[in-house]
Amino acid sequence: MNFSELFKLSGPLGRFSPDGRCLASCMQYRLVVRDAGSLQILHLYTCLDQIQYIEWSSDSLFILCAMYKRGIVQVWSLEQPDWHCKIDEGSAGLVASCWSPDGRHILNTTEFHLRITVWSLCTKSVSYIKYPKACQQGIAFTKDGRYMAVAERRDCKDFISIFVCSDWQLLRHFDTETQDLFGIEWAPNGCVLAVWDTCLEYKILLYSLDGRLLSTYRAYEWSLGIKSVAWSPSSQFLAIGSYDEKVRILNHVTWKKITEFEHPATVVNPKTIVYKEVEKSPSVETERLSFPPTRALANSLFSTQSKYAISEVPLSLHYVKPAADRANPKMGIGMLAFSPDNCFLATKNDNIPNAVWIWDIQKLKLFVVLEQLCAIQCFQWDPRQPRLAVCTGNSNVYLWSPAGCVSVQVPVEGDFPIVSLSWHSSGDSMVLLSKDNFCVCYLEREEV
Amino acid sequence: SKNIFQYTSDKSISSPSMNSQVLHSSLPSSKTMHGFFSAFCTEENIEQSISYLDRELTTLGFPSIYAESKGKELNLISIINCMNELLVLQHKNLRAQEEVEMQHLKLGSDMDHLQNCYAKLKEQLELSKREIVGLQERDRQLQNKNRNLHQLLKNEKDEVQKLQNIISSRATQYNHDMKRKEREYNKLKERLHQLVMNKKDKKIAMEVLNYVGRADGKRGAWRTDKTEARNEEEMYKVLLSDYEQRQKQLLVENAELKKVLQQMKKEIISLLPPQKQKLKERSEDGPVLSDLEEDIGELNKENMWELSCETVREQLTNSIRKQWRMLKNHVEKLDNQVSRVHSGALNEKDVISREDHEMETEKLELEIQQCKEMIKTQQQLLQQQLMCPCDDDTTVLLQDCYLLEERERLQEEWRLFREQRKNFEKERRSFTEAAIRLGLERKAFEEDRGTWLKQQFLSISTDYKRSENVTTPSAFLGSSDQDSRLLKSTSQQRKPRCMLGGPVSAEPCQISQYIAHN
Repeated sequence: MNFSELFKLSGPLGRFSPDGRCLASCMQYRLVVRDAGSLQILHLYTCLDQIQYIEWSSDSLFILCAMYKRGIVQVWSLEQPDWHCKIDEGSAGLVASCWSPDGRHILNTTEFHLRITVWSLCTKSVSYIKYPKACQQGIAFTKDGRYMAVAERRDCKDFISIFVCSDWQLLRHFDTETQDLFGIEWAPNGCVLAVWDTCLEYKILLYSLDGRLLSTYRAYEWSLGIKSVAWSPSSQFLAIGSYDEKVRILNHVTWKKITEFEHPATVVNPKTIVYKEVEKSPSVETERLSFPPTRALANSLFSTQSKYAISEVPLSLHYVKPAADRANPKMGIGMLAFSPDNCFLATKNDNIPNAVWIWDIQKLKLFVVLEQLCAIQCFQWDPRQPRLAVCTGNSNVYLWSPAGCVSVQVPVEGDFPIVSLSWHSSGDSMVLLSKDNFCVCYLEREEV
Repeated sequence: SKNIFQYTSDKSISSPSMNSQVLHSSLPSSKTMHGFFSAFCTEENIEQSISYLDRELTTLGFPSIYAESKGKELNLISIINCMNELLVLQHKNLRAQEEVEMQHLKLGSDMDHLQNCYAKLKEQLELSKREIVGLQERDRQLQNKNRNLHQLLKNEKDEVQKLQNIISSRATQYNHDMKRKEREYNKLKERLHQLVMNKKDKKIAMEVLNYVGRADGKRGAWRTDKTEARNEEEMYKVLLSDYEQRQKQLLVENAELKKVLQQMKKEIISLLPPQKQKLKERSEDGPVLSDLEEDIGELNKENMWELSCETVREQLTNSIRKQWRMLKNHVEKLDNQVSRVHSGALNEKDVISREDHEMETEKLELEIQQCKEMIKTQQQLLQQQLMCPCDDDTTVLLQDCYLLEERERLQEEWRLFREQRKNFEKERRSFTEAAIRLGLERKAFEEDRGTWLKQQFLSISTDYKRSENVTTPSAFLGSSDQDSRLLKSTSQQRKPRCMLGGPVSAEPCQISQYIAHN
């Protein structure tokens, strides 16, 4: 495992290009594009204001930089560095911006979600989508980029509009039986759209591509409902994480629950492997001590090295009960992700913030629990194999695969609190982001 | 005769209280006897005492002691008889008294015993009564508690219901309020939108250096009904292909499962020992096995896993269930047998001893080994047979075949080569002819040129004299025509000349290239 040096960052915005050749990062109002392998700077673009969001186009030829405060989106080309494009929303304001799947249209959501403007980079045409819904996941594209679903709200009722991305023609428009739609997500096969309600109502609806309601699922009433949703890559399963600390899995044939995964504070099943992160005190050779101590020596003395130890089951995990009088409590299943080969599901129960739970989907059982010393910030599966990278806000990166588990400290001077990470599309490297810096980690093929 | 008892009245009406007086009513002791004896009858009152005695005896039913009714002579015999009677009576009375005393004692002890029992039972009764009272008290308390708990439960349920009602009413109220606020918000948004649009903000624009081509390279198209229809079609195609794929998967899965069931059925049948089946046939309803056999035969024949109708599926599952039950019974029987063996009731017919079993297995293993080796050697021999056809004829034949093939191929190539060579020769001849012609023509041209130059020179020199230049243009033209023709032909012939520049060295591949070109 090799690590690059630290580079400055703001955002934290750092993304690999979809074709894997470049890495884009932001530094205040500058966009830096580097080569993914050597991290040499290929291009340097300057925007008009501090960049809040960047996104690569699907063909990796363009990058958009959104500056919400000024209401401007600037698009840069990698082929022609002198090419420029600026979209100014003016007084309409800007709250969100994204690419269309063909990489030639930009969808800007204006302030107060008044409308979504579709700007075209090929023609002079502009399209508007009225009454978009102000929710977390209001726009969803199918994986093959053919269709776009937009959540809308008119007259206090929720609707879904399905557009054909090639010509932005409205294909279907139907209402949904939700109180207050919270999110939508396409299944990877592009034929089913999952629509779920606000957390005050546990309700998830499944619509077919042509607008028919296929099924409704409600687990219970009154208590806080759905917190996170994830489709399995084969579209066979839909995992729903809720505030009652359970994940329910629906199957794609009957859309009924096939199993429920609980996340109790005590792990009792002896077949579950629990990896616990323990600190190991650094070994210091007394002959090498010198005065004044060198930087490297000081770092190694005071750095917290850690490793994994297998814990005995039954085991109690650190459980946190959130304050009952606050909104959006830190409880329930906040993160859900399927591995790319469909075999594993990684979850995080916000009540047990230091643990990652890994479930074996073939057996529908709990497989592994990773117990960390600090709260989990982010985890992401390797896009090619069942390998999970976890970061917890310290300068270690943790990797788990069915072969085992490893904790690696990023060899940098000073603090590097990793808050987010992102894999390269080949699975050979990943970018680790903290608030002010980033670093690229290169993995060798034989490793865990 | 004077020794006559005298009963004192005290004695005869002595109190019936048992213990103390009993002994006293027995015979008086000899000492007191004298006293009594002399107290009743003295020398003075002999006659009165005799008459008293006679009166008493007669009242008691004894015969009189006087010889005659009014005389004073005593009948000695009757006196002795009376005395005897009285003695007998006394004995009887004593015996009776003894008995009575015995009974009295017995009764006394019985009474004591009964009193004790009574006392104990009374105590027990008291205890039980107290216990009962205690238990009743506890029962009452528990009942109270139960009632209280029920009441609490009811209260809690009511409260829960109330809270749920409150929640739902609040929820509807919130929804209503939310909707109202949302409508207001929408109005604000509309107003804002209008204002924003009205301002005709020149700033809301996109400025771009140049427009970029579409990602797929195609041109944009107008949106028409046709495109709408096409989009619909595309969408349905996508959906249909997804469904088809899923159906295929399900069919494959179904077929596999059916195969597995078939296999299971066969294995179960093979596991069941045949006699048991026959027993079953006899004991249970007859048609079971014959049905099974029929089923098996039919279903195997028809490749039933390709059929998917309900009845066939039901048949399969029912038959598997039946056989599974039979297998289960069989296994249970075996278990029973084993347990019987353990408990000692050996049935030597059914159970093989361990050593025999092991010997059998060893024998079988040896057999298996031998068979395997035989198979291997056979295989090797077969391989050899196939690999080296040891007959010379066959090898020669084979080789001949290969040679023939090669020869034919070579002949073909030779033919081609010869053709090419012929062509090449032809070309070469034509080129040499052309070259000769060219040479001749060139010579002619040179001669012409020479003559023309001479003429020119002459004409120039004579021009000073004549100042006429009539003939040259036509000649130039004519010669120029010829020239141009020549030029053309030379240029034509130049080209192949250049092309032949390479292959003139006559390498076959280059010739073939050239021929391919042509």
